[in-house]
Amino acid sequence: MNYSGLKIFWEGLTGNKGWNKVWKEPTPKKEYDIIIIGGGGHGLSTAYYLSNKFNVNNVAVLEKGWLGSGNIGRNTTIIRSNYLLPENQPFYEFSLKLWENLENDTNYNSMVSQRGVLNLFHSDGQRDAFVRRGNSMILSGADANLLNDVELKELCPYLDFENARFPIKGALLQKRGGTVRHDAVAWGYARGADAKGVDIIQNCEVDGFIIKNGKCIGVETNKGVIKAKKIASCVAGSSGKLMSKAGIRLPIESHVLQAFVSEGLKPILDNVITFGAGHFYVSQSDKGGLVFGGDIDGYNSYAQRGNLPVVEDVCEGGMAIMPMIGRARLLRMWGGIMDMSMDGSPFIDKTHIKGLYFNGGWCYGGFKATPASGYCYAHLLAKDEPHPVAEDYKLDRFLKGKIIDEKGQGAQPNLH
Amino acid sequence: MIIQHPDLGPRDSSEFVYKGDAELLFRPERTENADQEIFHDYLYLRNNPAGKHRELWYHEYGDRSWLVVTRDTTNHEILKVEYVKDYIKSYKVK
Repeated sequence: MNYSGLKIFWEGLTGNKGWNKVWKEPTPKKEYDIIIIGGGGHGLSTAYYLSNKFNVNNVAVLEKGWLGSGNIGRNTTIIRSNYLLPENQPFYEFSLKLWENLENDTNYNSMVSQRGVLNLFHSDGQRDAFVRRGNSMILSGADANLLNDVELKELCPYLDFENARFPIKGALLQKRGGTVRHDAVAWGYARGADAKGVDIIQNCEVDGFIIKNGKCIGVETNKGVIKAKKIASCVAGSSGKLMSKAGIRLPIESHVLQAFVSEGLKPILDNVITFGAGHFYVSQSDKGGLVFGGDIDGYNSYAQRGNLPVVEDVCEGGMAIMPMIGRARLLRMWGGIMDMSMDGSPFIDKTHIKGLYFNGGWCYGGFKATPASGYCYAHLLAKDEPHPVAEDYKLDRFLKGKIIDEKGQGAQPNLH
Repeated sequence: MIIQHPDLGPRDSSEFVYKGDAELLFRPERTENADQEIFHDYLYLRNNPAGKHRELWYHEYGDRSWLVVTRDTTNHEILKVEYVKDYIKSYKVK
């Protein structure tokens, strides 16, 4: 069923009786060509691109909970391609281009809103760094504008420009960045994959891998054994837990990141704004709530909740750039589990076990990567060679000295 | 999280700096033909368990002691706190 304005109009007139289920609820077959473990954003987008772009349809997505119950439903919905390093920026720009055409591709309203992402800077040195970053973005084909304080004041007059500690001197603006309705991304991809014959199996948890002679030939689940030619792990956040079942140690620690929503307010914030001197990023949802977040808590965690010191730190960051939000009340806060990798960059690669593939290590930047991650993972699974924009996301890059460390922090995952 | 410091009693976790898995205390010996892979595995790979995890907490805004905290990563419950030197002693006994 194709969604269109005309269809909505017709259904409105005829009592909304013609809407069908968006995806089926199949029982798993004995065997597939490819099993994707994880029915979150990246897993579903992998299934979507496998079936829609690479013509691989004998695919199952196994999800231990309900669709999109992981980080795709827990993030702060920001999309952007403003990275510095040549291993990262082309990948994220590819992702942003896929976002721009996502709704046409999937025929699903994901509310892609290119409202602009502003990265504030607070000193001359930081301005120079942002000029360099902006140039790197432009070289990859992305857009970047440097705003001085006068131009920024026109756009966001409510910012605390005269802050004594962190005066705001301007911002790096990416106009094509913005936000997307995150749950709709999962639903749109699921619907598109399901329509091409992909089996999306919910409440199906993988308990172990079946490995014979160094080759992975299937998985044991709570719904029985399911075999496949290729098994694709796609469970960022729980990668350590899942891959340990195959005896694989990863260059990853799991950490908790908190996110926050304020009570609904009148429209005040047109863009996404990030603080350059602390860690704070904020946008306003269509329902009016301010959606914001900051640093990870900083210790290993698989609990989907954090602690109070980071709540205080995030709110201080918010108060430092926009004191007007001090009187807004916090409505909800929650935590999600991040795969924090050793250099802050992700992995899309084969493992040393034949037939077992790995996608993870997205740190707290996985949402914006959803389309490209799925596309490149599908490329790797279908053709057994990496997509050109993701060819540096290898598991052995630390051994080979090809580290992709945007922040230059070294092997300390809680600092990335 | 409240960390029960062996001498200073209950301290807020924000007084500490988290330094990762306590396995990092046991750096491989640097011998002449030490394998590069051994050091790669030591520096970059982690067990990252869901459950009991021994980890290093440095009391930076306190007495600057190094502690090994045994903590459940699925619910943040702290099961044991000891000085690094005591942990290493008991580790060697094992």
